[in-house]
Amino acid sequence: MSAGVLRVCALYPDLMNIYADRGNLMMLERRCGWRGIGFELAARGLGEALEPGAHDLFYLGGGQDRDQRACAEDLLATKRDALHEAAARGAIVLGICGGYQLLGRSYELSDGETIGGVELIDAHTVREPGPRLIGNVAIEVQLDGRGDSSSGSSGGGGGSGGADPDEDADARRRPVPQPPRILAGFENHGGRTHLGAGERALGRVVRGHGNDGRSGLEGARRGSVIGTYLHGPLLPKNSWFADWLIATALGIEPWELAPLEDALERRAHEAAIRAAGA
Amino acid sequence: MSSLLAPKIALARGVGALSRLGGGGATSVPGRVLLRLEPRALALLAERLPQGSVVISATNGKTTTAAMAASILTRAGVPLVHNRAGANMAGGIATTLIGAARPGGALAGELGLFEVDEFWLAQMVLQLQPRAVLLGNLFRDQLDRYGELEAIADRWAAVLADGGRRAELVLNADDPLVADLGRARERVLYFGVEDRALAMSGMAHAADAKHCRRCGAPYTFDVVLLGHLGHYRCAACGQERPRPSVYAREVSLDGVRGARFELCTPAGETPVALALPGLYNVYNALGATALALSLGVGLGEIAEGLQTAQAAFGRAERVALARADRGGGRGGGGGGGERELRILLVKNPAGANEVLRTLALEPGDHDLLVVLNDKVADGRDVSWIWDADFELLAPRVRRLTCAGTRAAELALRFKYAGVERERIALEGDLARALDLAAAGGAQDGGTPTPLYVLPTYTALLALRRLLVARGDTREQFS
Repeated sequence: MSAGVLRVCALYPDLMNIYADRGNLMMLERRCGWRGIGFELAARGLGEALEPGAHDLFYLGGGQDRDQRACAEDLLATKRDALHEAAARGAIVLGICGGYQLLGRSYELSDGETIGGVELIDAHTVREPGPRLIGNVAIEVQLDGRGDSSSGSSGGGGGSGGADPDEDADARRRPVPQPPRILAGFENHGGRTHLGAGERALGRVVRGHGNDGRSGLEGARRGSVIGTYLHGPLLPKNSWFADWLIATALGIEPWELAPLEDALERRAHEAAIRAAGA
Repeated sequence: MSSLLAPKIALARGVGALSRLGGGGATSVPGRVLLRLEPRALALLAERLPQGSVVISATNGKTTTAAMAASILTRAGVPLVHNRAGANMAGGIATTLIGAARPGGALAGELGLFEVDEFWLAQMVLQLQPRAVLLGNLFRDQLDRYGELEAIADRWAAVLADGGRRAELVLNADDPLVADLGRARERVLYFGVEDRALAMSGMAHAADAKHCRRCGAPYTFDVVLLGHLGHYRCAACGQERPRPSVYAREVSLDGVRGARFELCTPAGETPVALALPGLYNVYNALGATALALSLGVGLGEIAEGLQTAQAAFGRAERVALARADRGGGRGGGGGGGERELRILLVKNPAGANEVLRTLALEPGDHDLLVVLNDKVADGRDVSWIWDADFELLAPRVRRLTCAGTRAAELALRFKYAGVERERIALEGDLARALDLAAAGGAQDGGTPTPLYVLPTYTALLALRRLLVARGDTREQFS
């Protein structure tokens, strides 16, 4: 972890980008830049090995079926072990939409074929009969643990205790219950994802379908590994989450980041929540 | 058969008239009613067209391509039944046919010219049994509604192999997803652009179809011209861009004002000056040309038809804004005369990028009104704005007004593209946004510069209603 520089690795950016995933990378880059934090973006495609220690955040977006299949095979062949090592070290691994599906154990397609996942999350996805789950979505998330969100400058919901910069570092690192916050976005997936018994969802569905349209759960989170169906440009709709990712990847708290002028970001967040009907 | 169909048509017309009185849209209601009464109505009516039908589909440029084809065919003396208002699903096409139905069963027209929604192509081909099918392109568009591009290409291939197997195909050679549909067929007419000077330095971020439809290996692009359109071949299996028999050479783009090129066809060559801008309209013109050739129209009529083709509704359309409209916020300008609006529909990354590329060719800094809605017809998912290259125009934005149901995220997109925050105004209400955006506009006391308006589809309809209500423009379609 190199303080002062966020080192991002985009996985298969030319293939897994179908819902404008670059909006997320743009958010991270600009919000680092405006704060004087360095930003390095690397890309790793088919057949390219990963250096687990060289990046603070790995990004895996969504793709068309054919491309997703090719990437799944390649993840297992050339990147699986490095991703596990990086996650164990605390690097963020963020999988969105198709990328989320590949973080789990497997994805059963409708033709009976099963795509293997990298098993960073205990989840399996099934392409069940029935319509794709499409629409605006809002989920309530509680990001306790290191890198917890608190009374940041952006987004709704005020923080509370435990965010006093004068406290010593150990106390600050201790998990503190935090008020839940909203992630708003758009989902469009044919697969239904089922979490293993001990696995935590990223959040609770307020409006929308979520993992399977039934459980009321959305996404998954294990430590610094996060998966969600809120696809494409999730971070522009949730700048507070972009800052949470930046801070967590850098090993600091979100409130330690310099505040930004975020009026437009707040209005985009509110509009996305309204669109979901939450 | 007509004796059975006629009363149903009359009833559908009546319901349509009632719907219009109630303020409903008239472009598809009668057709939807008729299809409810008679599911085979499209086939029954279409078979009465003496010269049969042709259909045009694409994600981008359907309406303009059809308008160009209509201009050519009208000049060639072919009476058309044409869904010119752009209602391009079953109900809209049926409404067009109802409008042409005459007592006694005949249709007021010889040839059906139908633009068809890409999702409805299969059903329309099966019912209309067109003699020719023109397929222009497949770009990512409204994925919330349509699913992924390759899935659409698969559906297209299935219908062309089935009900559409007798149709002549007119295909864009430069779009690998589209060109591949003609590989194993006879009677395919390809069109494309043969001008390497237009090559872009690389593929746009939002480019699709980078991989061979046959074997999945990456295509090698010799030249990228627009999105994923270009000159390509697959190094693994050898599939490559077919050589087009209708093509453009020496293309010269003249900002938002037009485009010129040398049109080359098996019937000869001729220079063409389009009043419509951008390389995308050169592609539309090539498609319309190839379609007209397949119908036996001569090159002279084609060139004249293209040169007199007018902008379709909201596609680089010009509207002079009356001074009264500019009342409230006036004062920044001082220049005389009317302010001209240039309306350029944006609806997906590939289309938006071409609009941005075209605007970037215009000198000076620009005033923009961009309107982003997220209604069903726009696509409820506004993710696509992050795929469009607004960076192209960011350094040239003088003043930007963002409107529509998702104005805030749009404004954010421009902020992250590098437009200074002070230049961005946010106004959700369209009427107020138009006043705000249109105020001023004169640079250095001269003639006011145009206000470029970039609306999504439902925003375009709302803008049209607003301009009609204010007397700035007539209703174009009844």
